[in-house]
Amino acid sequence: MLKDKYKDRIAAIFAKYPPERKRSAVMPLLDIAQEEYGYCTEEAMREVAELCGIDPTEVKSVVGFYTMYYEKKVGKYVIDVCDDLPCVLRGADKFVNYCEQKLGIKAGETTPDGKITLNVVMCLAACDRAPMCQVNTAYHYDLTPDKFDKLVIELKKG
Amino acid sequence: MEKHILLRDLDVPNIRDLAVYSQHEGYAAWKKAVTGMKPDEVITVVKDSGLRGRGGAGFPAGVKWSFIPKDVFPKYVTVNCDESEPGTFKDHHLIRHNPHQVIEGTALCAYAIGANVAYIYCRGEFREPAYELQKAIDDAYAAGLLGKNLFGSNYSLDIYVHLGAGAYICGEESALLESLEGKIGQPRLKPPFPAVSGLYSKPTVINNVETLANVPPIVLNGSAWYKQWGTEKSPGVKLFSVCGHVKNPGNYELPLGKYSIQELLEMAGGSMTGRPIKAVLPAGSSSPIIPASNFHAKLDYEAMAAIGSVLGSCSWIFMDDSVDMVWAARKMIRFFKHESCGKCTPCREGTHWALSVYDKLLSGKGTIEDVNLIGEVNKQIIGKCFCPLGEFATSSMTFTLKHFKQDYVDFIDQKKGGSDVYLKELARDHHLHELHSGVVSVNGIKVH
Ligand SMILES: Cc1cc2nc3c(=O)[nH]c(=O)nc-3n(C[C@H](O)[C@H](O)[C@H](O)COP(=O)(O)O)c2cc1C
Ligand code: SF4
Ligand code: FES
Repeated sequence: MLKDKYKDRIAAIFAKYPPERKRSAVMPLLDIAQEEYGYCTEEAMREVAELCGIDPTEVKSVVGFYTMYYEKKVGKYVIDVCDDLPCVLRGADKFVNYCEQKLGIKAGETTPDGKITLNVVMCLAACDRAPMCQVNTAYHYDLTPDKFDKLVIELKKG
Repeated sequence: MEKHILLRDLDVPNIRDLAVYSQHEGYAAWKKAVTGMKPDEVITVVKDSGLRGRGGAGFPAGVKWSFIPKDVFPKYVTVNCDESEPGTFKDHHLIRHNPHQVIEGTALCAYAIGANVAYIYCRGEFREPAYELQKAIDDAYAAGLLGKNLFGSNYSLDIYVHLGAGAYICGEESALLESLEGKIGQPRLKPPFPAVSGLYSKPTVINNVETLANVPPIVLNGSAWYKQWGTEKSPGVKLFSVCGHVKNPGNYELPLGKYSIQELLEMAGGSMTGRPIKAVLPAGSSSPIIPASNFHAKLDYEAMAAIGSVLGSCSWIFMDDSVDMVWAARKMIRFFKHESCGKCTPCREGTHWALSVYDKLLSGKGTIEDVNLIGEVNKQIIGKCFCPLGEFATSSMTFTLKHFKQDYVDFIDQKKGGSDVYLKELARDHHLHELHSGVVSVNGIKVH
């Protein structure tokens, strides 16, 4: 259960909002759930609902609305490559082609070993350093095929 | 400019550290305000400086603060760090490299309106920079700059970071408030405006990160000092995020109204490809495109309006003459279709239909009737949407058609659609759409 394992973290989250506004904690709590289970499982959504004192369906609608919550299992590492207009002007489209080829999967898919999910996403506010991507939370800038190869070696190790 | 006011990390290494920031007048304005100024005096100096909101709409910050009622408690400050407009990366820079100035500006705003709590709402993808920002906040607490009874006064302030989870619409202020309340990010009906009924239905100021970063030097040095830069109606300095086909993309801090678009392009090193620059989007995907023939215009709110565009979020996407505007417009429509919150039909369905027309053009099956259809679809969106996002979505269509109609005509006549590159792009988008359909939902309802 999240509420036992992450007792202190959860208490710190609730302390940020007025006591009668527990619902504000729904997204920070979903972050913990996703960290723990890899995606927003039914069980996790029910737990979060209980903690916030709202209906599980309300949590589910939040999960459905925001792109960063996963409703299905994803790879241990999610590589989000930006292929929005500014990045593509600086070669992001060719870079995505390279990533697909290197990983042997198409954007949106996960490698058979379950390690890496490749995604393309909208602008990540780093258009001056394109091609760029995010691996889970970390930004990677000024990417080249060579840099990507090295990144993949690291991720496969971990 | 001799010295930066916002991008101070370019002049002072490690200004992100509290010790270094403090050595360079850091928190001096904060101390000055709490120990020697009445809240109204802070509002007055910001009002007199003429500082306008840097999040897009350009509303005068001090005037906004003065709308907050004095006799309702509690009140809140929420800082808009959702920065998701394609091409914008200035707030990202500020919170990573000069976080204390953002924190100090937030604190000054809170003091001025009498709020004891402020939330900095960062887009979910800013997890890494948000951790750094949190560390800076922790340092400020440890140094007694935030928390209870500041500088021995009876004023207390808490600042919290709150993360979103991926949704452009949460940059719209009322959607941001909904999101902060733990709901899906759909805009609220206005009025009431946040100053009257904002976060938790209480009086709330929402300001952009860059707006607030301007506040400490203004409070410290006075409004006359700030007005030495800029024009009468657009005072001060502004960050310009420059990207696309330029040699040196990045953030540039410039006085408003001093330089022209052409000069900005030259500052950024000119064309990266050596080909002539054809056009620029001055405020990301949501702004009216500016053809190179208008690059003489000066960089301020009024001059941009005079050439039929906007200063907005100031994300300058330069494009050379290899860019086909049919393709570029599709890319932008794809963005808005993806980001429509689904609340109202003209935007939700309109962006869907618009994208399908552009898809047809790109696939090589389009005709000139389809080009005309774009104008029709547009008409069904313009003026009919619940919030400005729907309107933003139409800009790319309206203004590429207005300034680059020939691109559309050539696209059909020269059968540019259906090329390998375009087909690959469409296949990728459609594959993703299929993978996500059944997963992506709007308001809890699955959409396909
Ligand atoms: C669709 C949409 C997206 C927006 N995104 C942002 C954003 O990412 N950051 C921001 O500061 N303002 C954004 N705004 C503007 C805000 O609604 C609001 O005007 C601004 O945060 C006010 O702060 P300011 O007065 O300091 O500019 C957006 C507006 C709309 C309609
Ligand atoms: S215009 Fe679009 S983003 Fe705005 S409320 Fe309507 S559907 Fe949502
Ligand atoms: S367009 Fe890719 S980070 Fe902005």
